[in-house]
Amino acid sequence: MADVSNINGINVEAIRTQFPVLDQMVNGKPLAYFDNAATNQKPTSVIKALEQYYEGYNANIHRGIHTLAEKATKAFEDTRTTLGKFINAAEPEEIIFTKGTTESINLVAATFGRKFISNGDEIIISGLEHHSNIVPWQLVAEENGAKIRVIDVLDNGTLDIRQFKSLLSSKTKLVAVNHASNSLGTINPIDEIIALAHEVGAKVLIDGAQATAHLDIDVQALDCDFYALSAHKCYGPTGTGALYGKRELLEAMPPYQGGGEMIKDVSFEKTTYNDIPYKFEAGTPNIGDVIAFKSALDFITEVGKSNIAAHENDLLQYAREKALQIPGLRIIGDSDNKLSVLSFIVEGIHPFDIGQMLDASGIAVRTGHHCTQPLMERFKIEGTVRASFAVYNTKVEIDRMIESLHRIVKFLK
Amino acid sequence: MSQSIKEVQEEIIEEFGILDGDMEMTNFYVMELGQKLPEFNEENKTEENIVKGCQSKVWLTAELNGDRINYQADSNTAITKGLVSLLVRIFSGQKADDIIESELFFPQKIGMERFIGTQRSNGFGAMIKQMKLYALAYKSKIEL
Repeated sequence: MADVSNINGINVEAIRTQFPVLDQMVNGKPLAYFDNAATNQKPTSVIKALEQYYEGYNANIHRGIHTLAEKATKAFEDTRTTLGKFINAAEPEEIIFTKGTTESINLVAATFGRKFISNGDEIIISGLEHHSNIVPWQLVAEENGAKIRVIDVLDNGTLDIRQFKSLLSSKTKLVAVNHASNSLGTINPIDEIIALAHEVGAKVLIDGAQATAHLDIDVQALDCDFYALSAHKCYGPTGTGALYGKRELLEAMPPYQGGGEMIKDVSFEKTTYNDIPYKFEAGTPNIGDVIAFKSALDFITEVGKSNIAAHENDLLQYAREKALQIPGLRIIGDSDNKLSVLSFIVEGIHPFDIGQMLDASGIAVRTGHHCTQPLMERFKIEGTVRASFAVYNTKVEIDRMIESLHRIVKFLK
Repeated sequence: MSQSIKEVQEEIIEEFGILDGDMEMTNFYVMELGQKLPEFNEENKTEENIVKGCQSKVWLTAELNGDRINYQADSNTAITKGLVSLLVRIFSGQKADDIIESELFFPQKIGMERFIGTQRSNGFGAMIKQMKLYALAYKSKIEL
């Protein structure tokens, strides 16, 4: 099989053996997992790291004097350092652990939003956003009277940068856009967006949930003010993620939640807060999953991000070409610059039926609005079928999906 | 003599048994059943005829024919349309009391939860409930 040898510097067959979940039958057929944009699968190293933590050194971190606490603290902080390097943060303290991208965005909304955005100010988001990068800003706007402006989406699923420029003004306090769209895969020109926003003095938050595992990220070169990400979309555990923020901003922001860890001194008269990152990490964090997240980042680094990107892009181009031969199939979001996401509809067939039929053949895709209802409205569709590829996917699997699609279309049309 | 609710269910179980648990075949068969449903009056595709609690859109109407109830249904998705067609087949032409008191054992026997999942199982339950509510409403009408 051509696609399992060392192409693009990676050996897919060897990589697949590191993902135990892939080796199973679903509805009597070998599993083909194409729901990676929702969450991708976990390599053995991540699963082992979780096991080792709980079997060997489970303890609450920071301030513990005993050996286990020390070991857990070190492992936890190692992930912070590794993640800092992974996105090239200037210092590990600029990495705050959260539950994931959603919480990271909510953290900025609740703290930066509360302090620095007020009545009459404007927040710019884009028409490509996930609900988690829309609703937190609506909550801010409702509370303090700010206004939300939206960057238009063009027919090919890219952002209308000309219109974005016209939205920018001295009223703009924050621009919150995704690095890449979860629904369509479009990679946004965030370097340009960030530079333009900074010209009017606005801060920029990048929702990196989709991009982190696939694109090279250098938060210093990008000069973004915040970057939000999730571990579980980077081959890591669910329930953890991070917010990157520039030190001066994080220091100027009020705390997010109150509790242990985030304080320096507490008295009933006055409490002083801890330094960053701890100021934003109230309570016992998700220690085990944060520790295992490091193994996921190491996995990506070992395979090589550029190798992964090349392989995934190969898969996308292959799938795209084959999919376009299916009668009535239309790709939604066909930008030249895309993550490996194939979002499509087939005229006259509901995405739900396609998803259900593919599942019957052991093929996992996602159907629906993908938490981007305004975007679906923009394209006047109820939803799409979304196949999203990861490092362990193969062209053989894509062939199976395409064959299955042909059968479905033949039956239903 | 028309079949009882129990007999129709047994017939369905037998038909699905031939498919031998092949998921793809089962889905195709379900969709085929849906395609055989009599055409649904477009004018009846109103908000109030939508069954609440379904992921897909399901429209359901009922009418009284003597002491029997007839159901009409449609859905925007082919598989759901096939599933609701099974219920239409079971309940149409039955008496209100029989519908209200019926116990549906066929979903479990044909392994329905395997191919519709938990969320859609709830939707299926909502369809059954709505059909029974129609029966209840007609029962009180007949008794008046």
